[in-house]
Amino acid sequence: MRLLFREALLSFRRAPLLSGLSVTTIAFSLFTVGLFLLVAVNLREALKGLEERVEIVAFVLRGTPPETITLASQDIAAFPEVQTVDYVTEEQALGRAKKELVEFRDAYRDLSVNPLPASFEIRLKAGYRNAAAAEAVAKRLEGFTFVEDIRYGRDWVERLDKLRNLAGIVGLVIGAAFAAVAVVIIGVTIRLTILQRAREISIMRLVGATNRFIRGPFLLEGALKGLLGGILSLGLCYAGFRLFRDSNLGTLSGLVFFRPDQMGMLVVFGVAMGLFGSLVSVGRHLRNV
Amino acid sequence: MIRFHNVFKSFPNGALALKDVTFHVSKGEFVFLTGHSGAGKSTIMKLLFAEQRPSQGDVRVSGFAVSSIGRGEIPRLRRRLGVIFQDFRLLEDRTASENVAFALEVTAARRDTIPARVMRVLTQVGLAAKGRAYPRELSGGEQQRVAIARALVNDPAILLADEPTGNLDERATRGVFQLLREINAGGTVVVMATHDLDLVRQAPYRTIELRDGSVVYDSAADEPQEEAVP
Repeated sequence: MRLLFREALLSFRRAPLLSGLSVTTIAFSLFTVGLFLLVAVNLREALKGLEERVEIVAFVLRGTPPETITLASQDIAAFPEVQTVDYVTEEQALGRAKKELVEFRDAYRDLSVNPLPASFEIRLKAGYRNAAAAEAVAKRLEGFTFVEDIRYGRDWVERLDKLRNLAGIVGLVIGAAFAAVAVVIIGVTIRLTILQRAREISIMRLVGATNRFIRGPFLLEGALKGLLGGILSLGLCYAGFRLFRDSNLGTLSGLVFFRPDQMGMLVVFGVAMGLFGSLVSVGRHLRNV
Repeated sequence: MIRFHNVFKSFPNGALALKDVTFHVSKGEFVFLTGHSGAGKSTIMKLLFAEQRPSQGDVRVSGFAVSSIGRGEIPRLRRRLGVIFQDFRLLEDRTASENVAFALEVTAARRDTIPARVMRVLTQVGLAAKGRAYPRELSGGEQQRVAIARALVNDPAILLADEPTGNLDERATRGVFQLLREINAGGTVVVMATHDLDLVRQAPYRTIELRDGSVVYDSAADEPQEEAVP
């Protein structure tokens, strides 16, 4: 085990330029992947903000008795899709209108009768903020005789659905493409290291080293390079993120960086690439000689 | 120890590197393989340490059948052999001791025994004082001695030497050759490929001469203990 680490570290010391180059290459490959992931993460974050605004409003017929309202309120709250139900009385609706629609304040003041109906405002649970669920809930609400009208911005919710699907597909395709490019570049880098050490490998074989023994230090070296590259790419991503955020303070707010688990995933991806690239390159080299 | 029986080896282009080669080497022998470049000496060497497999025929080395040896067995065969080359094949970025120790490390030898074993073989080849020198700091003869020490450190039954003196001046050649004779005197089989006929004439050892891939002369062929070539 100690020998394994010594041999792996030795290769960094013996070929610092090539090792540095490998780490930098890996870092930049992962940097492009990371940048793309950042965009994807922020896009999802933005969509989540939009999703939270999905709301169903059921307007209630004037003169519905309060006990009916209470019972209905409990019924609706028991729907599996529903997160919260708020009953907004006619007075509350008027009060809100007066506060929010300043330009009509005068008009409202002169009213002798409140024109605004009472309503249920219904928010859906996280997994149900889509067109299908909203429509299902709306259908069920139509069953209540005292419900006059239902609004949930159908077009808007449907568009949100499409956007979400599109973002998912595009994210997956571009992400996979970037990752594939990173894999190829990392593989080539590691192949270079192995060619540089072909003589050493041949001597190892000559003195009776097993393939497993020869592979060990290379795999560890690849994993270490992946680790360093991953960490470096996180630094680059953060620098890029700060730069972008600071120059767009006015237009884009609420940009987020990776969560710790996402950072971990990027680094783990780097390590996995380093390992995988080494495994393939060493394996091929050992088969060919 | 070594048995070649009707061995053919063809190159990828179809030309024959070895044609029907048969010879046996017994315990304790010192054998010269001679012949011009391209006669097949190196091919025989490569078959002996399972770098290549015969196209046809049977090659047995220290109990291993090279013709059918599995990939996993090759390292085990090589640990019973010591191999040295004209170009020494030392790792330039390791000291003499480290080069020798390397051969033990790859065989998973017990770590605490390594320094003593390295010192023992370096002493045997006369380089006890130069363990910390890098190959570039050593003369050609000294580098070949390090290579010999590396080959010996696993206590091989057979030492294969492919043109070991090809890059050495006369004095170094004599030194290295003397060392190989001492190793042989200790009971190790030595097979030495060389085209240095002066060297061959100096010593009363068995000589197998190759020409165009065939054995054209074997000084042991007349001796009674050797099996007749069919």
